[in-house]
Amino acid sequence: MYKIVNKKSLNPTVTLMDIEAPFVAAKAQPGQFIILRVNEEGERIPLTIAGYDREKGTVRIIFQIVGATTALLNSKKAGESIQDFAGPLGVPTHLEGLKKVCVVGGGVGCAIALPIAQKLNELGCEVTSVIGFRSKDLLILEDEFKACSKTLHIMTDDGSYGRHGNVCVPLNEAFAAGERYDQVIAIGPLIMMKFVAAATKPTGIPCIVSMNPIMIDGTGMCGGCRLTLNQDGKKITKFACVDGPDFNGYEVDFDEAMSRGMMYRDFEKHAYEETCNLLNKANAAAAAK
Amino acid sequence: MPKLNMNPKKNPMPAQDPKVRAHNFSEVATGYDKETAIDEALRCLNCKNMPCSSGCPVNIRIPEFISKVKEGDFEAAYQVISRTSSLPAVCGRVCPQETQCESKCVRGIKGESVGIGRLERFVADWHNEHYSGKPEIPASNGHKVAIVGSGPSGLTCAGDLARKGYKVTVFEALHTAGGVLVYGIPEFRLPKAIVRKEAENLKALGVDIETNIIIGKTLTIDELFEKGYEAVFVGSGAGLPNFMRIPGESLKGVYSANEFLTRSNLMKAYKDNPVTPIMKGGKVAVVGGGNVAMDAARTALRLGAEHVYIVYRRSMEELPARREEVEHAKEEGVDFRLLNNPVEIYGYNNPDDRRDPKNGFVTGIKCIKMQLGEPDEKGRRRPVPVPGSEFDLEVNTVIIAIGTSPNPLIKSTTKGLEVNKHGGIIVEEGTGLTSRQGVYAGGDAVTGAATVISAMGAGKTAAKAIDEYLSKK
Repeated sequence: MYKIVNKKSLNPTVTLMDIEAPFVAAKAQPGQFIILRVNEEGERIPLTIAGYDREKGTVRIIFQIVGATTALLNSKKAGESIQDFAGPLGVPTHLEGLKKVCVVGGGVGCAIALPIAQKLNELGCEVTSVIGFRSKDLLILEDEFKACSKTLHIMTDDGSYGRHGNVCVPLNEAFAAGERYDQVIAIGPLIMMKFVAAATKPTGIPCIVSMNPIMIDGTGMCGGCRLTLNQDGKKITKFACVDGPDFNGYEVDFDEAMSRGMMYRDFEKHAYEETCNLLNKANAAAAAK
Repeated sequence: MPKLNMNPKKNPMPAQDPKVRAHNFSEVATGYDKETAIDEALRCLNCKNMPCSSGCPVNIRIPEFISKVKEGDFEAAYQVISRTSSLPAVCGRVCPQETQCESKCVRGIKGESVGIGRLERFVADWHNEHYSGKPEIPASNGHKVAIVGSGPSGLTCAGDLARKGYKVTVFEALHTAGGVLVYGIPEFRLPKAIVRKEAENLKALGVDIETNIIIGKTLTIDELFEKGYEAVFVGSGAGLPNFMRIPGESLKGVYSANEFLTRSNLMKAYKDNPVTPIMKGGKVAVVGGGNVAMDAARTALRLGAEHVYIVYRRSMEELPARREEVEHAKEEGVDFRLLNNPVEIYGYNNPDDRRDPKNGFVTGIKCIKMQLGEPDEKGRRRPVPVPGSEFDLEVNTVIIAIGTSPNPLIKSTTKGLEVNKHGGIIVEEGTGLTSRQGVYAGGDAVTGAATVISAMGAGKTAAKAIDEYLSKK
């Protein structure tokens, strides 16, 4: 069992937890992920590592409540434990030697972009961060990004905070102004990463994206997380769990990844509703006591 | 002593009716009762030179245990088996006895061999049900050994070393011990309660099983040595599933057999109201002809498929699955389409609506007919496509069961560990020693996908070599 030592709600749908997992904390690097199960009957879900404290032996996860398992995870309180927590999995993001990088985060993807921005800053790299959200209510980690970025652009889809528009707006402006980053690293919804890669491509600046497909084991055994790369006109199958999660944004077949991500949509929707009902009932029962 | 039973036929294995079992996940074969077991044991001639034992990868003293069954002393029979086998209840169910011990049985020359596997299963089940004593924990010899992976090779190696007084820790990447025995082999062929029991038996011997530790990621082999382990056995299994590299393999509804079986077995997607989803029902094509393909096909049936095809590019003669599994699958209604090979998988695509939820789901496969040509280097006749013979099968799930390639996680993080061109770890024959001092390996991580019992044999070989290595240290 793995203890939740800290829990904080970052906005109504996004929660931060620090989990006691000394083996994972000892090895974790930005860009890697863990697999967890909330309880003994639970499903295995991958979550990218949002931070770690090697001394305390804790690993930080930040997740959006989007389905049954994340809802169940969110129902756990600090001091309680979760059943399984395995990692760190995947290849860490390559950050050494970079001098000037633009880190782009979208929504809860900002939680994963943050440790990358922080590590780059630590390594003496000049960091420009672009973080985007649907609206002000969903904004997370503003102060943390400010602290590690030379320039920070905050974007909202509805203009309720920062600038109005998507993350490609400041990126295109920077490219138009002749900005030459060593690399653009984009982490967020697939559609956002697809557009960031498309915006970056004409500049020839390498664009790295972090893929988060459906996974089961996370160790290269099932192949459920496979995605297609277009390399020099050839289609190549890669496994996000062992070959990724980072890939060259120019090569990823995002449309296929989006389609595969929807494979169990009906099942997931039903399971989410059922879990919410159960949790609401449990809460009501607890309140009645 | 009762008289020998000279019936040329084995006592048949009682099994669930095919029509019933095709819709449930309970075990297919229900096992001998006491009387049948004794009657079958009486068919054994107790040959002095024990030809059957020479066919067993772990050299169980077969006539000895069968003699105890004849006497009705089932616990004594179990003790004979467990001296050389760590997982009798598992082997009694999943070993290909027909090509091993039973193929050497003298009774098999003029009739059917003794039902050795069925007797082994009976004895192991009898022990698990009736025995309540605690095994004696052997005196510690002070040496620590790490085992990577809790599949058949790892559990066997762990058991053999623990019985010799080693302090053994097994590291498992998944959340449950058992490896392929829990994620791969379905409940109806190997109930998970049996695997759990075998793992508990090892824990009772003092073996520690640490789940959620991925060696190569969470800890490396070098770090295991730093932590005081003096030898390491790598039994990490086969790993990455192979795909066919044909168009359409990323469509929704295409699974590797590993994924399909893991969802059903390890994640219990076969239960009512599962938390892990799986595609159920409709028409299913399983590509491949091995035991894994049979497991996937029979699982799909039980999940409610209307029709399940096995699509295999050679003929029945070359089909590598065990006969018994093929017969069971046929009885349950699996449709064998032999000498056929898929060349493309079709998916739904609504050109007028990109958001149509049906887009990207499998609708069928295109196959081509094959004929057998000249034998290849292994002596198996090579399948050759028949030009112009393409045809379509309407299906909505495709399960690809054409084997696996070794997992790269350990190789890529262990300096000096040599692998062959297929990625299998290179080991010394007879010891399992790798190119690294103190590091041994066995099972699918070395050979590529093979059987449970050959992995157990490799675990046993390595345990013996590790014991010799550490006793000299």
